[in-house]
Amino acid sequence: MSEAVAKSRATGLRLWGGGVNPYGVVYKKLGMWLFIVSDSLTFGALLFAYSYLRMSSPSWPSPFHLYPSIAFSSVMTLCLLSSSLTMVLAVHHSRQGERGKVVPWLLATMAGGATFMVLHAMEWMNLIREGMTLKANPWGDAMFGGTFFTITGLHMFHVFSGVAYLGVIAVGFGRKKFNADDVEVVGLYWHFVDLVWMFVFPLVYLMSVHMGE
Amino acid sequence: MSHGNEALHEHPSVGMRPMYWVWFWLLAMTGIEVFLAYMQLPLKVMLIALIGLSFVKAALIIAYFMHLKFERLNLVLTIIPAMVLCLLLMNVFFLDSKRLTTHGVNRQMNTAPVAGGADHP
Repeated sequence: MSEAVAKSRATGLRLWGGGVNPYGVVYKKLGMWLFIVSDSLTFGALLFAYSYLRMSSPSWPSPFHLYPSIAFSSVMTLCLLSSSLTMVLAVHHSRQGERGKVVPWLLATMAGGATFMVLHAMEWMNLIREGMTLKANPWGDAMFGGTFFTITGLHMFHVFSGVAYLGVIAVGFGRKKFNADDVEVVGLYWHFVDLVWMFVFPLVYLMSVHMGE
Repeated sequence: MSHGNEALHEHPSVGMRPMYWVWFWLLAMTGIEVFLAYMQLPLKVMLIALIGLSFVKAALIIAYFMHLKFERLNLVLTIIPAMVLCLLLMNVFFLDSKRLTTHGVNRQMNTAPVAGGADHP
């Protein structure tokens, strides 16, 4: 057995032979990463389905005017990106042991998520008033409404779940029931919600901007 | 709550300065995306530009906000390649969307009446 092979085996045994942590993360964080991988495949499949239907349709609608749709969705993007920054600040202060600063930043993150949901609900109401439903819309291919509401609805559900999760962690951290690891894990989830929107916003909104009068 | 084995878990200290920069660039790229949407570029060019920017934004979020850049390589290699491969494999379905358009298999245009007389394409 060569020296290189022996060294490789020794390293493998050291890392994977049991009693150590090869990833260097707590089990909750690894669990959240695995959830994120599976959830990204869910959103990936939905966005691929949306793109598939769009490519196969000769009359895919472009209904989004600068106001309100694009303006609202741009502000929603700003809210999510800013709430990601406040989440980073919450994680940073929790790691520094500055417990007093963590809960306010978690609350700021929740405020960003809540603003996103309110704006999104208003955007949905505008489209529903214009005649868009799951099965039909006034502008073209009937599948547009179904795919739009499914993708944005599932994302909004994730935002809602994230705000609730942040609330539980904020209360628990304030009562010293949770520690910095728990703040970091909820942060991973929140950033993932932000990440998904980075694909939904251009694919669903910006690719369907109305260029007419 | 029990949080044993703390010594086994690494928490590399990362300052806030790079995070502010990442946030700034994410906002800037979002602004560029909105600008591009109104440039009336060909659909394919627009798609490549927007998806390209989205991947850059996603990479920044994963690397810095989600801290993956500062984790062990073991974790990165366990998570990222398999996920990317699965997402890439979904591309195989796009060939079929081309078949639908070239063979004239179109779905029913189940359009609803325009409410309030709104003017749309």
